[in-house]
Amino acid sequence: MTPTLSVRNLRVEIPTRRGVLTAIDDLSFDIAPGEVLGVVGESGAGKSITGTAIIGLLEPPARIAGGEIRLAGERIDDLSADAMRRVRGRRIGMIFQDPLTSLNPLYRIGEQLAETILTHERLSQRAATDKARRLLEEVGIPAAGDRLSSYPHQFSGGMRQRVVIALALAADPELVVADEPTTALDVSVQAQIITLLKRLCAERGASVMLITHDMGVIAETADRVCVLYAGRLAEIGPVRDVVKRPQHPYTHGLMAAIPTLHGDPDETLRQIPGAMPRLDAIPPGCPFNPRCDFAYGRCGSERPEPLDAGKSRAACFLHDADAAEAPPADTVRAARAVGLEVPQKVAEAAR
Amino acid sequence: MLAFALRRLVQAIGVMLVVSLISFVLFRFVGDPVNQLVGVDTSPEERAALREALGLNDPVLVQFARFIGKAVQFDFGISYQFKQSVAGLIGQRLPATLELSFVSALFALLVGVPMGVYTGLYRDTWLARAFLAVSLIGVSLPTFLIGILLIFVVSVNLGWLPSFGRGETVRVFGSWTTGLVTASGLQSLILPSITLGLFQMTLIMRLVRGEMLEVLRTDYIKFARARGLSRRAINFGHALKNTLVPVITITGLQIGSIIAFAIITETVFQWPGMGLLFLQAVQSVDIPIMAAYLLLIAFLFVLINFLVDLLYVAVDPRIRIGEATR
Repeated sequence: MTPTLSVRNLRVEIPTRRGVLTAIDDLSFDIAPGEVLGVVGESGAGKSITGTAIIGLLEPPARIAGGEIRLAGERIDDLSADAMRRVRGRRIGMIFQDPLTSLNPLYRIGEQLAETILTHERLSQRAATDKARRLLEEVGIPAAGDRLSSYPHQFSGGMRQRVVIALALAADPELVVADEPTTALDVSVQAQIITLLKRLCAERGASVMLITHDMGVIAETADRVCVLYAGRLAEIGPVRDVVKRPQHPYTHGLMAAIPTLHGDPDETLRQIPGAMPRLDAIPPGCPFNPRCDFAYGRCGSERPEPLDAGKSRAACFLHDADAAEAPPADTVRAARAVGLEVPQKVAEAAR
Repeated sequence: MLAFALRRLVQAIGVMLVVSLISFVLFRFVGDPVNQLVGVDTSPEERAALREALGLNDPVLVQFARFIGKAVQFDFGISYQFKQSVAGLIGQRLPATLELSFVSALFALLVGVPMGVYTGLYRDTWLARAFLAVSLIGVSLPTFLIGILLIFVVSVNLGWLPSFGRGETVRVFGSWTTGLVTASGLQSLILPSITLGLFQMTLIMRLVRGEMLEVLRTDYIKFARARGLSRRAINFGHALKNTLVPVITITGLQIGSIIAFAIITETVFQWPGMGLLFLQAVQSVDIPIMAAYLLLIAFLFVLINFLVDLLYVAVDPRIRIGEATR
């Protein structure tokens, strides 16, 4: 089956005065029809840039410098500005982080909805207003008919995010890119919004690319998860596997850093030493190697490609069964001890 | 909404009272009015009689009350210089100044806003850069210099447009004369309007540009793009409307200044408006005209600010609701 979204070797560059920064490097992933793909990573890992690149709204001077993006098999990264405008909203919907600033304060909710509907469908003004009302009802806004004439500031943050969802889904897109849709919201409202988004997309058969740094949201919502580190893919796989048995040392560190309720309360919180490199200082080889407990010789010079690792794929040489240079035996033992599925062949070759 | 308007009205009356006080003090205490009225050979008895007849011996408060009472009826006394009623003199000159101010404000808006939008949207094109460079000239050159330059180039060298006066005017009703309906009247308007409006135009252009750049970076513009709206709908519907509140404020304030500072332009172009009248009044210490002019300009400022406040409410719903729920 053709994936709804297929990203191949995507490369996003930001030319600056001091040289070209590579914000996204050689990133590939697919999203199947109806699937929810979670995209996680630290701030600055390139999650949002990936989302905006897909919908064609990269802020200049950032630009797509390589690779391709296909929507239902059809290439969209090289479309003309006008053709891409017709894809936005109609075939790809996008939801931004802050519902308080996503809506134009000077227009009524109904006007903004009808405007979006009329941009994508040939309807009468009246039919558009009808559809706007139905959409508001669907996203769970009480007395939807009356609220059409309300202004954004008359809604609470959660309600505004519901309106934003209604706007993003107004033209029944095949893919919804949700960029941290709940980060700006009250914790009590977050779950409602995520549930709503997931239900509405499931009803419409839309795929979702859910960008967040909240692993809880990912664990509950996503089918698969993609972990980014410094603009590179670290690991991608089914959500259960990535959360329970992470295969990349970075993902493992990320998961270990999440405190649990049943843990020993006196235990110090685990953390990954150091910080993610800035875009102008990405180390050669594996970008994670200076912070990695398991790094060895080739990690500092060669760039790992995503490799099969358990049910996931991880960009780490510990999973490279055909490697000429094997990792030290200690490293293999330590990696296996924390659950990394180092292939037998690698373990045997280890000195 | 009504409460809002009423509150503003009370504030406006307060401002007007303070200005009348200043105007009254000017009238009463800058020099001796009696000295201005009589000749050198008037006897002290006659002076005393005139002083009594003018009510200048009454308590100050009574005099102030009388001044306000008369000002409300547009009675500002007799001009020392012209021996005519000040209200009549101003009435004759007001249309010229208002027409000039109105046309230059219109010029500033109709040219300034589109230029601002253009330079905001396409800020790296050479045309946008050229607009910005020109605007720098408009901001930095003094009005009289622009006026004289225009006269020199357009009137003297090219001979296209008249260099002074109002041209042919037509009496519309009462004492209102207009130059807007005759060819020579319109021709005479062009240079003074450009001179008076150039600074405001560049100001508005820079303001709109700055606001556009700011608004275009906001999330709701990004979201509007993500919804696939057309460029036109985004730029002129969503972005421009959000730049309007500051533009209305500045334009409102500037219309006041245009009227008040028409003095220089009117002098350069010998435009028979209030500014020229005021200047003549200053030269011959004609206090009644100065006092009346002060009051009138203050009144126009207050009126324009009041209208601007009402306009805000029309443009930005948040202001409306903020007032209602407070």
